[in-house]
Amino acid sequence: MRAMMFASRTTKEMLRDPLTLFFGLAFPIILLLLLTLINQNIPDAVFSITNLTPGIAVFGLSFMTLFSAQMIAKDRISELLTRLFTTPMTAKDFITGYTLPLLPMAIMQSVICYGISLLLGMELTWKVPIAILTILPVAVLFIGIGLLCGSLFNEKAVAAICGALLTNLTAWFSGTWFSLELVGGWFEKIANALPFVHAVEMGKAVMRDDYAGILPHLWWVLVYSIAMTLLAIYVFSRKINE
Amino acid sequence: MKAIEMHHLFKQYGDKRVIQDVTVSIEKGELFSLLGVNGAGKSTLIKMLSGLLRPTSGRAVILGYDVVKETDHVKEVIAVSPQETAIAPNLTVYESLELMAGVHGFSKRERQRKVADMLQAFSLTPYAKQRSKTLSGGWKRRLSIAMALISEPEILFLDEPTLGLDILARRELWNVISGLKGKVTIILTTHYLEEAESLSDRICILKSGEVKALGTVEELKSLTAAASFEDAFVALVEEVAI
Repeated sequence: MRAMMFASRTTKEMLRDPLTLFFGLAFPIILLLLLTLINQNIPDAVFSITNLTPGIAVFGLSFMTLFSAQMIAKDRISELLTRLFTTPMTAKDFITGYTLPLLPMAIMQSVICYGISLLLGMELTWKVPIAILTILPVAVLFIGIGLLCGSLFNEKAVAAICGALLTNLTAWFSGTWFSLELVGGWFEKIANALPFVHAVEMGKAVMRDDYAGILPHLWWVLVYSIAMTLLAIYVFSRKINE
Repeated sequence: MKAIEMHHLFKQYGDKRVIQDVTVSIEKGELFSLLGVNGAGKSTLIKMLSGLLRPTSGRAVILGYDVVKETDHVKEVIAVSPQETAIAPNLTVYESLELMAGVHGFSKRERQRKVADMLQAFSLTPYAKQRSKTLSGGWKRRLSIAMALISEPEILFLDEPTLGLDILARRELWNVISGLKGKVTIILTTHYLEEAESLSDRICILKSGEVKALGTVEELKSLTAAASFEDAFVALVEEVAI
């Protein structure tokens, strides 16, 4: 019950913050509309709506990192966490309370993203809900990074690391905006060692009916998600018992 | 049984000792103030007593529970109102109080009753539906103390409760704190001499992490042969560099 009470608080804090709503829900839609408009004038396979949507869905999730990190960093600075650390709440209650509200938001973001894509001409098939499902481990990954950063850094550093650095890394290394094969070399190697391109490729594999193609990418994402979440739990628990 | 017993408490960061050989007992129902200049160790001592920091050596016992070995029991009998207001900015006053009752495991019915009691006791009823971040500094502090008291703790730590408030808001909060005397054991840290003088049963003056003097206002004045409490305080800490 403690975790649920805290999760309810996290949900309210998030939904009552207009910036969170804008970057969480509206920003990916604006990007989709903008790139579709560009695509009408410069036809390119990278920007076709079916190719673009899985990438935008993953890029949109990078903001989940910013939300979760900022929430924890703010709670640390305001000393709300100090207050709560002196209550019977456990590390598990805190992690659950911060993570749970972000998962429905991540799914909602993806549903809106794919929904807009359908309006923009993407074919409606049963592949769409499966593609949305592949978002779940990616959402856990981004939320995990957020929990870790929020536990370690102050609000200013979190804005720089999660707001600027991570969103750019996600954009560059996910293959959403340009083909990684075209760049090649060390850039492609780094991109393939990171989870972002694999997160996008999962969605793309679903959209082209290549189910065997999902698994290799899913493993990358799962390993990163689990590692990040475990690391976040470890660091957060250390903070409680400091 | 004493409310709090400290036995030769030390806290050290590297070579720097921030708390040195503190041995103090606090009676149940007492309002005990920790007074000292910046860096005297007041907040560190409170953090150690509330289980937020581990002592380097020594032992602290709260209502018979060891703060290091029986932290879970300690957390059930204490509450902390930290130096910052430690509120959830986007929650309403009602929701903030309900959150604190919830993380202490109270049922929905108990939560409703406790929140109603706190709203009335702290004259917060007119602001129940107002978001915490929109309250004035004085009302935020009042809410902060109400959030700490909602679990009906036996020991309340108030870390600089009137910091940054104007004189009127400070006086109002003094009335609130005075009203709690005898009902709950209060450990108060403050910079304001008049605050300690008017509220405390006993005052402990810390200097560089050491107990410099301990007693009632009159005892401290006679110890230094000072005409006023301010003179007594200055006499006790005057070697501290400005």
